Amino acid sequence: MIGALNQKLIRDIWKIKGQMTAIILVMAAGIAVYVIMFGVLDSLRLTQQTYYERYRFADVFASLKRAPEAVKQRIQEIPGVSVSQSRVRFGVTLQMPDMLEPATGMVLSLPDGKQPLLNRLYLRTGRMLYANEEDAILVDESFFIAHRLALGDKVTMVVYGHRRSFNIVGVVLSPEYVYSIAPGALMPDNKRFGIFWMGRRALAAAVNMKGAFNDLSLSLERNANTERVKEQLDLLLKPYGGLLAFDRREQISNFFLENELKQLEAMGLMAPVIFLSVAAFLIYVVMSRQVTTQREQIGMLKAVGYSDREIIFHYLKMVLVITGCGAVIGLALGAWMGVGMTKMYAEFFRFPILKYSFSFQVMIFAVLLCTLAAIAGTLMAIRSAARLPPAEAMRVQSPAEFKQTLFERLGLHRHLSFLSRIVFRQLERRPWRALFSALGMAMAMAILVFSFFMEDSMSYLMDVQYELIQREDVNLSFVEAVPYRALEEIKVIPGVLRIEPLRSLAVNLKFKHYQKRTAIIGLTAKPELFRVIREDLQRFELPPAGLVMNEKLAQILQVKKGDMVTVEVLEEKRQTLHIPVSGIIKEFIGLGVYMEISRLNSLLDSQEKITGASLMTDNNNSMLLYQKIKEIPKVVGLNITSVLRRIFEELMAENLLKMVSTNMLFACFISFGVIYNTARITLSERGRELASLRVLGLTRREVAYLLFGELGVITLFSLPLGIWIGQGLVQGMVSSMDSELFRIPVYLEKSTYGYAVAIVLVSTLVSFYLVWYQLDRLDLVSAQKGVE
Amino acid sequence: MSDSKTTLRREPQATSFLIEELTKVYQSGDTQIHALRGVNMAIPSGEVIVLLGPSGSGKSTFLNIIGGLDQPSAGHVYFRGRDLAAFTEQELTFYRRENIGFVFQAYNLVPSLTALENVALVTEITENAMAPLDALDAVALKDRANHFPAQLSGGEQQRVAIARAIAKRPEVLLCDEPTGALDSETGIMVLKALLEVNQKFGTTCIIITHNASIADLAHRVVHFCDGSVSHVQTNDVRKSAEEMIW
Repeated sequence: MIGALNQKLIRDIWKIKGQMTAIILVMAAGIAVYVIMFGVLDSLRLTQQTYYERYRFADVFASLKRAPEAVKQRIQEIPGVSVSQSRVRFGVTLQMPDMLEPATGMVLSLPDGKQPLLNRLYLRTGRMLYANEEDAILVDESFFIAHRLALGDKVTMVVYGHRRSFNIVGVVLSPEYVYSIAPGALMPDNKRFGIFWMGRRALAAAVNMKGAFNDLSLSLERNANTERVKEQLDLLLKPYGGLLAFDRREQISNFFLENELKQLEAMGLMAPVIFLSVAAFLIYVVMSRQVTTQREQIGMLKAVGYSDREIIFHYLKMVLVITGCGAVIGLALGAWMGVGMTKMYAEFFRFPILKYSFSFQVMIFAVLLCTLAAIAGTLMAIRSAARLPPAEAMRVQSPAEFKQTLFERLGLHRHLSFLSRIVFRQLERRPWRALFSALGMAMAMAILVFSFFMEDSMSYLMDVQYELIQREDVNLSFVEAVPYRALEEIKVIPGVLRIEPLRSLAVNLKFKHYQKRTAIIGLTAKPELFRVIREDLQRFELPPAGLVMNEKLAQILQVKKGDMVTVEVLEEKRQTLHIPVSGIIKEFIGLGVYMEISRLNSLLDSQEKITGASLMTDNNNSMLLYQKIKEIPKVVGLNITSVLRRIFEELMAENLLKMVSTNMLFACFISFGVIYNTARITLSERGRELASLRVLGLTRREVAYLLFGELGVITLFSLPLGIWIGQGLVQGMVSSMDSELFRIPVYLEKSTYGYAVAIVLVSTLVSFYLVWYQLDRLDLVSAQKGVE
Repeated sequence: MSDSKTTLRREPQATSFLIEELTKVYQSGDTQIHALRGVNMAIPSGEVIVLLGPSGSGKSTFLNIIGGLDQPSAGHVYFRGRDLAAFTEQELTFYRRENIGFVFQAYNLVPSLTALENVALVTEITENAMAPLDALDAVALKDRANHFPAQLSGGEQQRVAIARAIAKRPEVLLCDEPTGALDSETGIMVLKALLEVNQKFGTTCIIITHNASIADLAHRVVHFCDGSVSHVQTNDVRKSAEEMIW
């Protein structure tokens, strides 16, 4: 049998079922988002880990110019090395019939007729290579799909200056190329960059690497000191033109993947926190009202012998019902959608395996978090009422104490009408209540600002990147550093309007005990096509000497302007130079460091060389231009700025902007919910007072002014507060997503604030309208009675 | 707590309450309000006591304090030799739960509960309580047991409140203006119910009223004025509720 008090509980809940449903939904959304995000994240991490383990993703990687196979034996002897796998790796230009512009690729060798020891391949379709097969090739799935290829299709590539065709016999996935990103590129572009695998013997023959290797992967023993192994490896490979060894953290595909997961985590934390705090706030509002209207009942319960604890528990139970329902719906929704989302992401990352991990811990934690939020909201609302001496609680609430407001004490009241004075006194009497209402509305406002920000910032970032910095139409790179006169060859191609040289130099920068591998870009002092810009977006002129680096790199190396940086060149003569930092610049993408090109060349003690060029082209001639460039054997890479921008935009649209629209929907819902609830509750709490005023002869308009005046002030106050909180959320998001890859600028269009304010105001007006309608129904008769 | 439970159990006693120098001062803003200024009184067990006096004379404060709803600023209220002023919050709660039945002017029924459930609300937390239906029977409302407060008349609501108060078989019934919101006919019915309880169960009834004619029903009438007892009058002959002139 359920007790009388529980009977009351059930009926009370039924009476406010509308509000309860709203809260339950917000709460369910919070739990669901939490479970989905963390379930997906856990599943992806587990999948990634399993994938890496099962397919023997290497721990350390190194590239070099060329070393005889015998060197491998010495590498194997480095303490801590468990397995080493040498291979040949070669960049190629692809001639895809479905594309005008050239695409590039990377060909890797496979031990003949076997899987490699490390970085094993997962065969999606077709077959692996037979031993000594010459014309067969395996291709990475993302390129295969991007070009709509079929097994048996031929791929034509320029390998080491010779054009050759290969048969696609298998489509594979590799833990090394979850993301396939061209060297030097910032974004994956599956159409313009592909990974291929060939038999070692065939590839070595084609690129003159018989009995030698130029790429190395190592797996380490469990307790190996990675740094130590890298150092020894670098020492060993230095004579063979070794570039610095790097571990998984710097492996580009893994780095990208980690970055992606980190972003997911940031989003996953932010959303539930917002939902749950809104739910807690709504609970607080509803429970305050519940307690206010049941003040006399609380007094009676205490008078007949119920203890404070029993009464608090009674109201808590009501909230626990909300939490319970929210949890059931949220968990079910979360588990169901989580599996789907994980599948979606696994496909996005092209994981060949899929592991689900929806732990009870995550679920229990979600529910716990939710319950805490609910209890916090309730306790705030009912603590004071439960503490009231019963005699007082039972009395009709005595006229609240009012003071002259600050306004009046300042002598401004002469300007305030009698009604305005009521409004201000009401506000000043319950400043916390007003603040909480404002905070609730501000939260909605903040979510709006936060939702819009991503789009603003991203388009700002792209405008800066592709209109102020990379003003070129096309940039191309050569297979190696070439003499300056190569420019002349390109300059004469029809359609080239302007050309500027560029030299990229692989280096390891060191300052104190900080170091970072990157590439110095040599540019002319006043480049037109690839500019370096200052904080104020103006062109930064490269000084005749010294390095100019972006803030992120400066932060990693802990350097400031004037510091002397050690530069270990990783090419040709491999000098160690000391160059001062002569400027710090603003950049949102990558770890850029720049130097005047002729100064760079003279420091390297080499003749004037370039590794690439920026081109301004005539769009009408692009077909012929691409055709000609494809024919230059030394060109290995070609980026078209407009395509880069499009890829960037697509990637953003896919990952982030999708969330914005859902966020916006929720924000509108929350803002309306909060404002309408606040208005309703104010009306219900002050209904009797307002009705009495109507009896005294005030018009509906005047009474409405009393009600809406107060809410209006709260709304106005909530706007700047909301913008401020929104900026905080944005700042938090931005810093949690800050990476070497890119930094999202905090940039909000004025119109964004405008939209957010407009949405909040419209929600307010709609709420006012609905409440205005209820003002009509104020019960003037019952207002006369002392007690309901 | 278990201590108070045993000492507060019912035993026949000559005096329900012994009140000494009871004082209550409220702080309201900067001003002090003296609601009670040293009241002394002994309330014999099983009597009907009527408290008379203008509003603000301290009757309600007095009732609230002896009912354990409020704490005195000074003085003592002895209930069975134990001083309520020294009770902890928990002891007061238990004291109310086991010994006191309240009837309020505003009835204070839970609107979402039926008459029966309103009574059960109290019987569920007390030992030795009556069956809720029997309590309703005692106020002649058995047939209205499943009605919600909104479906009952004022007199009926107040009788439910009385049923709720007596259902726990309290030693003392405290009634603050029980007929204040009622017309004469229903008011008489409610008073009749109270007197019956007093006779049947020997419950001490303390009733606050503005209606001087109710005083004729009491064993004893205490006149309050300005926070003090001005005089106490004893009725040698009591009227019955029907004889009363409203």
